[in-house]
Amino acid sequence: MSVATRRPLFIIAALFGALLLLLPFSGPLFHMLFPTLDRPLYSRASFLELTLSHVALVMAATAAATLIGVAAGIFVTRAAGRRARPLLLAVAAIGQTFPPVAVLAIMVPILGYGGGPTLVALFTYALLPIIANTITGLEGIDHNVRDAADGMGFTPTARLVQVDLPLAAPVIIAGIRTATIINVGTATIGSTVGALTLGSPIIEGLSGSNPAYIVQGALLAGLLAVLIDRSFELFAAA
Amino acid sequence: MITLAGVSKIYDGLRVVDRLDLDIAAGSICVIVGPSGCGKSTTLRMVNALIAADEGRIIVNGQDVREADPASLRRGIGYVIQSAGLFPHWSIADNIATVPRLLGWPRDRIAARVAELIRLVGLDDGDMAQRRPHQLSGGQQQRVGVARALAADPPILLMDEPFGALDPVTRRALQDELIAIHRATAKTIVLVTHDMDEALKLGERIVVMEEGRIVQDGSPAAIATAPVNDLVRDFVGGEEAALRLLARGTVADVMRPPGATRQTATIEPGATLGVALARMVASGHGELGVRDEAGREIGVIALADLAPGRRP
Repeated sequence: MSVATRRPLFIIAALFGALLLLLPFSGPLFHMLFPTLDRPLYSRASFLELTLSHVALVMAATAAATLIGVAAGIFVTRAAGRRARPLLLAVAAIGQTFPPVAVLAIMVPILGYGGGPTLVALFTYALLPIIANTITGLEGIDHNVRDAADGMGFTPTARLVQVDLPLAAPVIIAGIRTATIINVGTATIGSTVGALTLGSPIIEGLSGSNPAYIVQGALLAGLLAVLIDRSFELFAAA
Repeated sequence: MITLAGVSKIYDGLRVVDRLDLDIAAGSICVIVGPSGCGKSTTLRMVNALIAADEGRIIVNGQDVREADPASLRRGIGYVIQSAGLFPHWSIADNIATVPRLLGWPRDRIAARVAELIRLVGLDDGDMAQRRPHQLSGGQQQRVGVARALAADPPILLMDEPFGALDPVTRRALQDELIAIHRATAKTIVLVTHDMDEALKLGERIVVMEEGRIVQDGSPAAIATAPVNDLVRDFVGGEEAALRLLARGTVADVMRPPGATRQTATIEPGATLGVALARMVASGHGELGVRDEAGREIGVIALADLAPGRRP
């Protein structure tokens, strides 16, 4: 990848870093913008803490969904698992259709308040794009290439690792990227049930009529989504 | 080398290949030809177990295909398909090295073999080895496909319409190269095609298939001059079959010693018989002098020498 195309990523990363660094000192600025507010700067947790916790939740949920989604996608494209494919896609589609808020509501009685329900909701939500793209990627391989690979004498496992997965990788990574970006946004809702995320200032701002909190949380969450989205381009080009 | 005994393949009750018996001798080029859907590709793909036969036995190199481990069986059989099917994420060198790597050859032996094959198929200019398949023309890709099939020096080469997707000029060049490779390596080659010109040019033996069965099996001359039924007659192009046969063999194969007088019209010894006939038609002479590069007359060739019966 050339320096020219990498530059936007660098600029966004710098912007995000600067925002994270300067936001704690921006009390006077927000006081000027919202003079009626007593406490114009969110202070229940540091913005760095919120960001790290937000990223950790998204990464853990998406990593688990990737592991299970890719494995499931591989399984249903093998001869042995072909029959399970409609079932798998149906289950994954339900997970995607179910509103994340509903998943949170269901999980709270089981897992209690905190990060747990959010993790489950994000995992459920990420599964479909990853499974769907794994299947699309694996089935989109030129049948001549597969025929040649079999004819050369690859064992099924060797073909999967050396030919099928490398060729399907761009499509699979695109699915993981979609899932991650959806989750960066969705994770903010997790703060309604006590998860520490960049949604915490937003939720508190909404319930406490504090627009300054909302702006602070939204700025960071939005920029984080763009930053992560851009990072995938670096990954895809590698 | 390859024996098929009573082999059938049945799809939805239909016998795509119907109790086929075929014995292919070591070191020969056998061309299986027929209209699409006649079962020729299915037959070929049963030899390396890409398709399992429903009836009968297939013996390759003394081993029953059904009892062999498919992966190791296939590593011992070269396989070339129509669109080359190169691995797009690997360099040309890595593509050619596929089977040696699967066989676990040491690195330096693989490198030496790859270099040798790139020379053999005429791709040894510049940085070809490090390019990716999409940077090559269709003809170059197919050359790589042939090199990849030959990499581990398998005694058998299966080719499924290998030149079908190429333009006529490239196709002819690759056919000529295949003949040269066969002369140099004495591989047993089984080639499937729907192109009778290709069959007549390449085959030492031609097997014509229709609806899963063999309708005629013989030398190119026999197929062209004595077709057993209308299908074969139509397929070889009726009377014009005799013209198609001229693509086989060269002037040097059939020329006679030079006479006392020098001929006015001439031909090179390496030209095909088709070119010789064209030269006769164009010059209006029924007899041509065969001249070597130095201009010496080394033989003569007459119209009568082009008759199929006169040739080896």
